[in-house]
Amino acid sequence: MKTIEEIKAAIEAAVPGAGVEVVVNPSPCAQHSLRLDPDSALAVARFLRDDPELALDFLSNVTGVDWPDREISEKVKVARTVAKTVDGVEQQVEETVDEIRKRVEPGCLEAVYHLYSVVRKHGPVVIRMRTGNRTDRVELPSLTPVWRSGEFQEREIFDLFGIVFNGHPDLRRILMWDNFKDHPMRRDYVEPDDYEYEPTAHDAVLAKAQAHRAAAQAGAKGQEGAGAAQ
Amino acid sequence: MAVDQDLKIELGKQGVFITTLQELYNWGRRNSVWPMQFGLACCAIEMIATTMARYDLARFGAEVFRPSPRQADMMIISGTVTKKMAPQVVRLYNQMAEPRYVIAMGACAISGGPFKQGYNVLKGIDRYIPVDVHIPGCPPRPEALLQAFITLQKKIDAQPLTGPGRPRFLDAAAQGEFPVPVPGEHDLEPAFNQGVWPLPVLQPGKKD
Repeated sequence: MKTIEEIKAAIEAAVPGAGVEVVVNPSPCAQHSLRLDPDSALAVARFLRDDPELALDFLSNVTGVDWPDREISEKVKVARTVAKTVDGVEQQVEETVDEIRKRVEPGCLEAVYHLYSVVRKHGPVVIRMRTGNRTDRVELPSLTPVWRSGEFQEREIFDLFGIVFNGHPDLRRILMWDNFKDHPMRRDYVEPDDYEYEPTAHDAVLAKAQAHRAAAQAGAKGQEGAGAAQ
Repeated sequence: MAVDQDLKIELGKQGVFITTLQELYNWGRRNSVWPMQFGLACCAIEMIATTMARYDLARFGAEVFRPSPRQADMMIISGTVTKKMAPQVVRLYNQMAEPRYVIAMGACAISGGPFKQGYNVLKGIDRYIPVDVHIPGCPPRPEALLQAFITLQKKIDAQPLTGPGRPRFLDAAAQGEFPVPVPGEHDLEPAFNQGVWPLPVLQPGKKD
Protein backbone atom coordinates (compact mmCIF):
# COMPACT_ATOMS: atom_id res chain seq x y z
CA MET A 1 0.00 0.00 0.00
CA LYS A 2 1.05 3.57 -0.63
CA THR A 3 2.33 5.64 2.23
CA ILE A 4 0.23 8.52 3.48
CA GLU A 5 2.42 11.04 1.62
CA GLU A 6 2.02 9.08 -1.61
CA ILE A 7 -1.74 9.01 -1.15
CA LYS A 8 -1.69 12.75 -0.54
CA ALA A 9 0.33 13.27 -3.73
CA ALA A 10 -2.03 11.02 -5.69
CA ILE A 11 -5.04 12.96 -4.43
CA GLU A 12 -3.46 16.28 -5.31
CA ALA A 13 -2.61 15.04 -8.78
CA ALA A 14 -6.07 13.64 -9.42
CA VAL A 15 -8.22 16.33 -7.83
CA PRO A 16 -6.82 19.76 -8.64
CA GLY A 17 -7.18 22.25 -5.83
CA ALA A 18 -7.93 19.62 -3.22
CA GLY A 19 -6.94 20.71 0.25
CA VAL A 20 -5.22 17.74 1.87
CA GLU A 21 -3.12 17.85 4.98
CA VAL A 22 -1.27 14.98 6.64
CA VAL A 23 -2.05 14.60 10.35
CA VAL A 24 0.92 12.84 11.90
CA ASN A 25 0.30 10.36 14.67
CA PRO A 26 3.43 10.44 16.83
CA SER A 27 2.62 7.26 18.75
CA PRO A 28 4.33 3.94 17.88
CA CYS A 29 1.36 2.80 15.78
CA ALA A 30 2.12 5.70 13.41
CA GLN A 31 -1.36 5.65 11.97
CA HIS A 32 -1.23 8.93 10.13
CA SER A 33 -4.34 10.39 8.65
CA LEU A 34 -5.41 12.90 6.03
CA ARG A 35 -7.40 15.99 6.84
CA LEU A 36 -9.54 16.94 3.89
CA ASP A 37 -10.89 20.31 3.01
CA PRO A 38 -14.71 19.92 3.27
CA ASP A 39 -15.26 21.73 -0.05
CA SER A 40 -13.34 19.17 -2.08
CA ALA A 41 -13.93 16.16 0.19
CA LEU A 42 -16.61 14.56 -1.96
CA ALA A 43 -14.40 14.57 -5.06
CA VAL A 44 -11.48 13.23 -3.05
CA ALA A 45 -13.66 10.48 -1.58
CA ARG A 46 -14.79 9.45 -5.07
CA PHE A 47 -11.17 9.32 -6.17
CA LEU A 48 -10.16 7.19 -3.17
CA ARG A 49 -12.92 4.72 -3.94
CA ASP A 50 -12.54 4.60 -7.71
CA ASP A 51 -8.77 4.80 -8.11
CA PRO A 52 -7.70 1.30 -9.22
CA GLU A 53 -4.55 1.37 -7.12
CA LEU A 54 -6.18 2.52 -3.86
CA ALA A 55 -9.67 1.05 -4.43
CA LEU A 56 -10.85 1.94 -0.92
CA ASP A 57 -14.24 0.38 -1.42
CA PHE A 58 -15.17 -0.29 2.20
CA LEU A 59 -16.04 2.36 4.77
CA SER A 60 -15.54 0.54 8.04
CA ASN A 61 -16.17 3.16 10.64
CA VAL A 62 -17.20 6.78 11.00
CA THR A 63 -16.83 8.59 14.25
CA GLY A 64 -16.75 12.08 15.64
CA VAL A 65 -14.39 14.11 17.77
CA ASP A 66 -15.24 17.21 19.73
CA TRP A 67 -12.49 19.78 20.07
CA PRO A 68 -13.66 22.38 22.59
CA ASP A 69 -12.35 25.93 22.67
CA ARG A 70 -8.88 25.83 24.13
CA GLU A 71 -7.14 28.49 26.13
CA ILE A 72 -3.45 28.58 25.35
CA SER A 73 -1.10 30.54 27.56
CA GLU A 74 2.39 31.07 26.28
CA LYS A 75 5.40 32.92 27.55
CA VAL A 76 6.66 35.69 25.30
CA LYS A 77 9.78 37.75 25.73
CA VAL A 78 8.93 41.44 25.49
CA ALA A 79 11.40 44.29 25.28
CA ARG A 80 10.43 47.49 27.02
CA THR A 81 11.96 50.71 28.22
CA VAL A 82 11.88 51.55 31.89
CA ALA A 83 13.12 54.47 33.90
CA LYS A 84 15.76 53.38 36.34
CA THR A 85 18.23 55.02 38.57
CA VAL A 86 21.71 53.79 37.77
CA ASP A 87 24.63 55.19 39.81
CA GLY A 88 22.43 57.99 41.05
CA VAL A 89 21.56 59.10 37.52
CA GLU A 90 18.08 58.56 36.18
CA GLN A 91 18.13 57.08 32.73
CA GLN A 92 16.09 55.01 30.34
CA VAL A 93 17.09 51.35 30.24
CA GLU A 94 16.01 48.66 27.80
CA GLU A 95 15.18 45.34 29.38
CA THR A 96 13.54 42.10 28.42
CA VAL A 97 10.78 40.59 30.52
CA ASP A 98 8.67 37.47 30.27
CA GLU A 99 5.01 38.09 29.66
CA ILE A 100 2.30 35.43 29.71
CA ARG A 101 -0.12 35.89 26.85
CA LYS A 102 -3.37 34.01 26.68
CA ARG A 103 -5.32 33.34 23.54
CA VAL A 104 -8.34 31.18 22.88
CA GLU A 105 -8.04 28.72 20.05
CA PRO A 106 -11.55 28.19 18.69
CA GLY A 107 -12.82 24.64 18.84
CA CYS A 108 -14.41 22.57 16.13
CA LEU A 109 -16.07 19.25 15.46
CA GLU A 110 -14.35 16.56 13.48
CA ALA A 111 -15.61 13.52 11.59
CA VAL A 112 -13.19 10.62 11.14
CA TYR A 113 -13.61 7.96 8.46
CA HIS A 114 -11.74 4.62 8.39
CA LEU A 115 -11.44 3.17 4.91
CA TYR A 116 -10.33 -0.27 3.79
CA SER A 117 -10.00 -1.97 0.46
CA VAL A 118 -11.61 -5.36 0.16
CA VAL A 119 -10.40 -5.77 -3.42
CA ARG A 120 -6.75 -4.88 -2.75
CA LYS A 121 -6.79 -6.15 0.85
CA HIS A 122 -5.25 -3.10 2.43
CA GLY A 123 -6.13 -0.37 4.86
CA PRO A 124 -7.01 1.42 6.91
CA VAL A 125 -6.72 4.87 5.43
CA VAL A 126 -8.02 7.44 7.87
CA ILE A 127 -9.54 10.65 6.59
CA ARG A 128 -10.82 13.53 8.67
CA MET A 129 -12.89 16.64 8.12
CA ARG A 130 -13.33 19.60 10.43
CA THR A 131 -16.22 21.99 10.80
CA GLY A 132 -15.76 25.73 10.98
CA ASN A 133 -16.72 25.96 14.64
CA ARG A 134 -18.89 24.22 17.21
CA THR A 135 -21.98 26.40 17.11
CA ASP A 136 -23.27 27.62 13.77
CA ARG A 137 -20.81 26.44 11.13
CA VAL A 138 -21.22 22.73 11.79
CA GLU A 139 -21.85 21.53 8.26
CA LEU A 140 -19.79 18.94 6.44
CA PRO A 141 -20.39 17.16 3.15
CA SER A 142 -21.87 13.71 3.63
CA LEU A 143 -19.82 10.84 2.24
CA THR A 144 -22.82 8.51 2.24
CA PRO A 145 -23.32 9.02 -1.52
CA VAL A 146 -19.83 7.54 -1.95
CA TRP A 147 -19.96 4.80 0.72
CA ARG A 148 -23.47 3.71 1.56
CA SER A 149 -22.36 2.17 4.86
CA GLY A 150 -21.81 5.65 6.25
CA GLU A 151 -25.52 6.36 6.45
CA PHE A 152 -26.33 5.22 9.99
CA GLN A 153 -22.96 6.24 11.35
CA GLU A 154 -23.29 9.77 10.02
CA ARG A 155 -26.76 9.86 11.54
CA GLU A 156 -25.24 8.83 14.84
CA ILE A 157 -22.64 11.61 14.64
CA PHE A 158 -25.40 14.06 13.78
CA ASP A 159 -27.30 12.82 16.82
CA LEU A 160 -24.49 12.74 19.37
CA PHE A 161 -22.12 15.48 18.14
CA GLY A 162 -24.38 17.74 16.10
CA ILE A 163 -22.47 17.74 12.82
CA VAL A 164 -24.89 18.41 9.96
CA PHE A 165 -24.02 16.31 6.92
CA ASN A 166 -25.07 18.00 3.69
CA GLY A 167 -26.22 15.54 1.04
CA HIS A 168 -27.14 12.79 3.50
CA PRO A 169 -30.23 10.97 2.22
CA ASP A 170 -32.02 10.72 5.57
CA LEU A 171 -30.49 12.88 8.27
CA ARG A 172 -32.50 12.27 11.44
CA ARG A 173 -31.57 11.43 15.00
CA ILE A 174 -30.92 7.73 15.34
CA LEU A 175 -30.39 6.99 19.04
CA MET A 176 -32.11 9.80 20.90
CA TRP A 177 -35.70 10.84 20.27
CA ASP A 178 -36.60 13.43 17.66
CA ASN A 179 -37.30 16.42 19.88
CA PHE A 180 -34.19 15.90 22.01
CA LYS A 181 -32.16 19.10 21.85
CA ASP A 182 -28.67 18.24 23.17
CA HIS A 183 -25.69 16.42 21.73
CA PRO A 184 -24.60 14.05 24.50
CA MET A 185 -21.10 13.25 23.22
CA ARG A 186 -20.00 16.86 23.19
CA ARG A 187 -17.61 17.78 25.94
CA ASP A 188 -19.84 20.55 27.26
CA TYR A 189 -23.01 18.43 27.44
CA VAL A 190 -24.98 19.12 30.59
CA GLU A 191 -26.73 15.96 31.75
CA PRO A 192 -30.17 16.10 33.36
CA ASP A 193 -29.95 16.45 37.12
CA ASP A 194 -31.54 13.17 38.18
CA TYR A 195 -29.49 12.39 41.26
CA GLU A 196 -32.47 12.35 43.60
CA TYR A 197 -31.84 8.76 44.71
CA GLU A 198 -28.25 7.48 44.95
CA PRO A 199 -28.07 4.88 47.72
CA THR A 200 -24.44 3.87 47.12
CA ALA A 201 -22.93 7.02 45.68
CA HIS A 202 -19.21 7.66 45.72
CA ASP A 203 -16.69 9.99 44.05
CA ALA A 204 -18.14 12.11 41.27
CA VAL A 205 -21.64 10.72 41.69
CA LEU A 206 -21.56 11.47 45.40
CA ALA A 207 -20.65 15.09 44.70
CA LYS A 208 -23.52 15.36 42.21
CA ALA A 209 -25.97 13.69 44.60
CA GLN A 210 -24.97 16.09 47.39
CA ALA A 211 -25.33 19.07 45.05
CA HIS A 212 -28.77 17.82 44.07
CA ARG A 213 -29.81 17.39 47.70
CA ALA A 214 -28.56 20.86 48.65
CA ALA A 215 -30.46 22.38 45.72
CA ALA A 216 -33.61 20.45 46.65
CA GLN A 217 -33.39 21.59 50.29
CA ALA A 218 -32.81 25.19 49.24
CA GLY A 219 -35.82 24.94 46.93
CA ALA A 220 -38.01 23.50 49.70
CA LYS A 221 -36.92 26.24 52.10
CA GLY A 222 -37.59 28.90 49.46
CA GLN A 223 -41.09 27.55 49.00
CA GLU A 224 -41.71 27.52 52.76
CA GLY A 225 -40.52 31.12 52.98
CA ALA A 226 -42.86 32.13 50.17
CA GLY A 227 -45.74 30.32 51.92
CA ALA A 228 -45.03 32.10 55.21
CA ALA A 229 -44.92 35.47 53.42
CA GLN A 230 -48.36 34.85 52.01
CA MET B 1 -59.89 -19.43 55.29
CA ALA B 2 -60.84 -20.44 58.73
CA VAL B 3 -60.34 -24.11 57.93
CA ASP B 4 -57.63 -25.72 59.97
CA GLN B 5 -54.89 -27.20 57.80
CA ASP B 6 -54.75 -30.48 59.77
CA LEU B 7 -58.50 -30.84 59.60
CA LYS B 8 -58.37 -30.34 55.85
CA ILE B 9 -55.80 -33.11 55.49
CA GLU B 10 -57.80 -35.39 57.76
CA LEU B 11 -60.97 -34.74 55.79
CA GLY B 12 -59.03 -35.33 52.58
CA LYS B 13 -58.07 -38.78 53.81
CA GLN B 14 -61.75 -39.47 54.30
CA GLY B 15 -62.53 -38.40 50.74
CA VAL B 16 -63.93 -34.98 51.63
CA PHE B 17 -62.25 -32.06 50.00
CA ILE B 18 -62.94 -28.60 51.28
CA THR B 19 -61.51 -25.31 50.15
CA THR B 20 -62.31 -21.64 50.14
CA LEU B 21 -63.25 -19.53 47.19
CA GLN B 22 -60.13 -17.43 47.69
CA GLU B 23 -57.84 -20.46 47.68
CA LEU B 24 -59.45 -21.91 44.59
CA TYR B 25 -59.43 -18.57 42.82
CA ASN B 26 -55.80 -17.81 43.64
CA TRP B 27 -54.75 -21.38 42.80
CA GLY B 28 -56.16 -20.89 39.35
CA ARG B 29 -54.60 -17.46 38.95
CA ARG B 30 -51.14 -18.35 40.09
CA ASN B 31 -50.88 -21.41 37.89
CA SER B 32 -51.73 -19.72 34.62
CA VAL B 33 -49.70 -16.56 34.56
CA TRP B 34 -48.99 -15.90 30.94
CA PRO B 35 -45.98 -13.67 30.31
CA MET B 36 -45.81 -11.12 27.57
CA GLN B 37 -43.48 -12.01 24.76
CA PHE B 38 -40.95 -9.27 24.55
CA GLY B 39 -37.33 -8.79 25.49
CA LEU B 40 -35.35 -5.62 25.83
CA ALA B 41 -31.69 -6.66 25.99
CA CYS B 42 -29.33 -9.46 26.90
CA CYS B 43 -31.44 -10.54 29.92
CA ALA B 44 -34.02 -11.63 27.34
CA ILE B 45 -31.63 -14.42 26.30
CA GLU B 46 -31.73 -15.78 29.85
CA MET B 47 -35.49 -15.38 29.87
CA ILE B 48 -35.73 -17.41 26.65
CA ALA B 49 -33.46 -20.06 28.16
CA THR B 50 -35.77 -20.20 31.18
CA THR B 51 -38.73 -20.95 28.99
CA MET B 52 -36.95 -23.72 27.05
CA ALA B 53 -36.70 -27.38 27.94
CA ARG B 54 -33.73 -27.24 30.30
CA TYR B 55 -35.21 -24.81 32.83
CA ASP B 56 -38.80 -25.18 31.68
CA LEU B 57 -40.88 -22.32 33.02
CA ALA B 58 -43.89 -24.34 31.81
CA ARG B 59 -43.69 -26.38 35.02
CA PHE B 60 -45.16 -23.36 36.79
CA GLY B 61 -47.89 -22.64 34.29
CA ALA B 62 -46.16 -19.80 32.49
CA GLU B 63 -45.35 -21.47 29.21
CA VAL B 64 -47.61 -19.47 26.92
CA PHE B 65 -45.79 -16.31 25.93
CA ARG B 66 -48.41 -14.05 24.45
CA PRO B 67 -47.41 -11.67 21.67
CA SER B 68 -50.16 -9.24 22.67
CA PRO B 69 -50.51 -7.25 25.89
CA ARG B 70 -54.26 -7.91 25.82
CA GLN B 71 -53.71 -11.59 26.57
CA ALA B 72 -50.76 -11.36 28.94
CA ASP B 73 -50.82 -11.41 32.74
CA MET B 74 -47.18 -10.75 33.47
CA MET B 75 -44.54 -8.48 32.06
CA ILE B 76 -40.90 -9.51 32.42
CA ILE B 77 -38.79 -6.37 31.96
CA SER B 78 -35.82 -8.30 30.68
CA GLY B 79 -33.02 -5.84 30.14
CA THR B 80 -31.98 -2.23 29.81
CA VAL B 81 -34.84 0.22 29.53
CA THR B 82 -33.58 3.17 27.53
CA LYS B 83 -35.26 6.52 27.93
CA LYS B 84 -36.41 6.20 24.33
CA MET B 85 -38.05 2.83 25.05
CA ALA B 86 -39.56 3.66 28.45
CA PRO B 87 -42.75 5.34 27.13
CA GLN B 88 -43.47 2.27 25.01
CA VAL B 89 -42.95 -0.06 27.97
CA VAL B 90 -45.36 1.97 30.10
CA ARG B 91 -47.85 2.07 27.23
CA LEU B 92 -47.67 -1.73 26.85
CA TYR B 93 -48.21 -2.10 30.57
CA ASN B 94 -51.25 0.16 30.34
CA GLN B 95 -52.64 -2.02 27.57
CA MET B 96 -52.44 -5.18 29.64
CA ALA B 97 -55.65 -6.33 31.29
CA GLU B 98 -55.84 -6.84 35.05
CA PRO B 99 -54.67 -8.89 36.84
CA ARG B 100 -51.18 -7.95 35.75
CA TYR B 101 -47.82 -8.35 37.37
CA VAL B 102 -44.32 -7.11 36.63
CA ILE B 103 -40.96 -8.78 37.19
CA ALA B 104 -38.00 -6.42 36.72
CA MET B 105 -35.19 -8.71 35.63
CA GLY B 106 -31.56 -7.73 35.92
CA ALA B 107 -29.50 -4.83 37.16
CA CYS B 108 -30.57 -2.49 34.33
CA ALA B 109 -34.30 -3.02 34.75
CA ILE B 110 -34.18 -2.47 38.50
CA SER B 111 -31.75 0.45 38.69
CA GLY B 112 -30.08 1.26 35.39
CA GLY B 113 -27.25 -1.15 36.15
CA PRO B 114 -23.89 -0.38 34.58
CA PHE B 115 -25.54 2.35 32.50
CA LYS B 116 -27.03 4.13 35.52
CA GLN B 117 -25.05 7.33 35.06
CA GLY B 118 -25.67 7.46 31.33
CA TYR B 119 -27.77 10.08 29.64
CA ASN B 120 -29.93 7.56 27.81
CA VAL B 121 -30.88 4.84 30.29
CA LEU B 122 -33.77 4.90 32.72
CA LYS B 123 -32.70 4.37 36.33
CA GLY B 124 -35.13 1.53 36.94
CA ILE B 125 -38.54 0.83 35.43
CA ASP B 126 -40.12 1.06 38.90
CA ARG B 127 -40.04 4.82 38.45
CA TYR B 128 -43.07 4.55 36.17
CA ILE B 129 -44.88 1.26 36.78
CA PRO B 130 -45.38 -0.85 39.91
CA VAL B 131 -42.93 -3.75 40.04
CA ASP B 132 -43.83 -6.89 42.00
CA VAL B 133 -40.48 -8.71 42.00
CA HIS B 134 -37.00 -7.30 41.44
CA ILE B 135 -34.19 -9.67 40.43
CA PRO B 136 -30.61 -8.45 40.68
CA GLY B 137 -27.91 -9.94 38.47
CA CYS B 138 -26.19 -9.14 35.23
CA PRO B 139 -27.83 -11.14 33.78
CA PRO B 140 -29.63 -13.19 36.43
CA ARG B 141 -29.39 -16.96 36.00
CA PRO B 142 -32.51 -18.76 34.79
CA GLU B 143 -32.82 -20.17 38.31
CA ALA B 144 -33.10 -16.60 39.59
CA LEU B 145 -35.95 -15.92 37.20
CA LEU B 146 -37.65 -19.13 38.34
CA GLN B 147 -37.17 -18.02 41.94
CA ALA B 148 -38.69 -14.66 41.09
CA PHE B 149 -41.60 -16.36 39.43
CA ILE B 150 -42.19 -18.60 42.45
CA THR B 151 -42.02 -15.51 44.65
CA LEU B 152 -44.66 -13.92 42.46
CA GLN B 153 -46.83 -17.04 42.76
CA LYS B 154 -46.55 -16.85 46.54
CA LYS B 155 -47.55 -13.22 46.37
CA ILE B 156 -50.61 -14.05 44.24
CA ASP B 157 -51.50 -16.88 46.60
CA ALA B 158 -51.44 -14.58 49.61
CA GLN B 159 -53.64 -11.91 48.08
CA PRO B 160 -57.01 -11.69 49.85
CA LEU B 161 -60.06 -11.10 47.66
CA THR B 162 -61.52 -8.45 49.95
CA GLY B 163 -60.24 -5.81 52.28
CA PRO B 164 -56.95 -3.96 52.13
CA GLY B 165 -54.21 -5.70 50.17
CA ARG B 166 -56.63 -7.11 47.61
CA PRO B 167 -55.47 -7.12 44.00
CA ARG B 168 -55.89 -3.94 42.01
CA PHE B 169 -58.60 -5.34 39.77
CA LEU B 170 -60.88 -5.98 42.75
CA ASP B 171 -60.37 -2.45 44.03
CA ALA B 172 -62.58 0.06 42.23
CA ALA B 173 -60.56 2.98 43.51
CA ALA B 174 -57.18 1.60 42.43
CA GLN B 175 -55.15 3.31 39.80
CA GLY B 176 -55.56 1.52 36.48
CA GLU B 177 -53.68 3.60 33.98
CA PHE B 178 -50.20 4.88 34.57
CA PRO B 179 -49.09 8.14 32.95
CA VAL B 180 -46.82 7.60 29.97
CA PRO B 181 -43.70 9.80 30.21
CA VAL B 182 -43.15 12.24 27.38
CA PRO B 183 -39.72 12.52 25.75
CA GLY B 184 -38.78 16.12 26.43
CA GLU B 185 -36.02 18.34 25.15
CA HIS B 186 -33.44 17.13 27.67
CA ASP B 187 -34.97 14.20 29.53
CA LEU B 188 -38.16 12.24 30.02
CA GLU B 189 -40.94 14.33 31.55
CA PRO B 190 -41.68 13.67 34.32
CA ALA B 191 -38.49 11.97 35.48
CA PHE B 192 -40.53 9.59 37.65
CA ASN B 193 -44.13 8.92 38.68
CA GLN B 194 -44.54 10.15 42.24
CA GLY B 195 -47.53 7.86 42.83
CA VAL B 196 -45.64 4.72 41.91
CA TRP B 197 -42.19 5.67 43.09
CA PRO B 198 -42.28 7.96 46.10
CA LEU B 199 -38.72 9.11 46.50
CA PRO B 200 -37.07 6.48 48.72
CA VAL B 201 -35.77 7.94 51.95
CA LEU B 202 -32.07 7.34 52.46
CA GLN B 203 -31.13 5.84 55.82
CA PRO B 204 -30.68 8.65 58.36
CA GLY B 205 -27.32 8.74 60.05
CA LYS B 206 -25.73 6.89 57.18
CA LYS B 207 -22.54 8.48 56.05
CA ASP B 208 -22.89 9.85 52.56
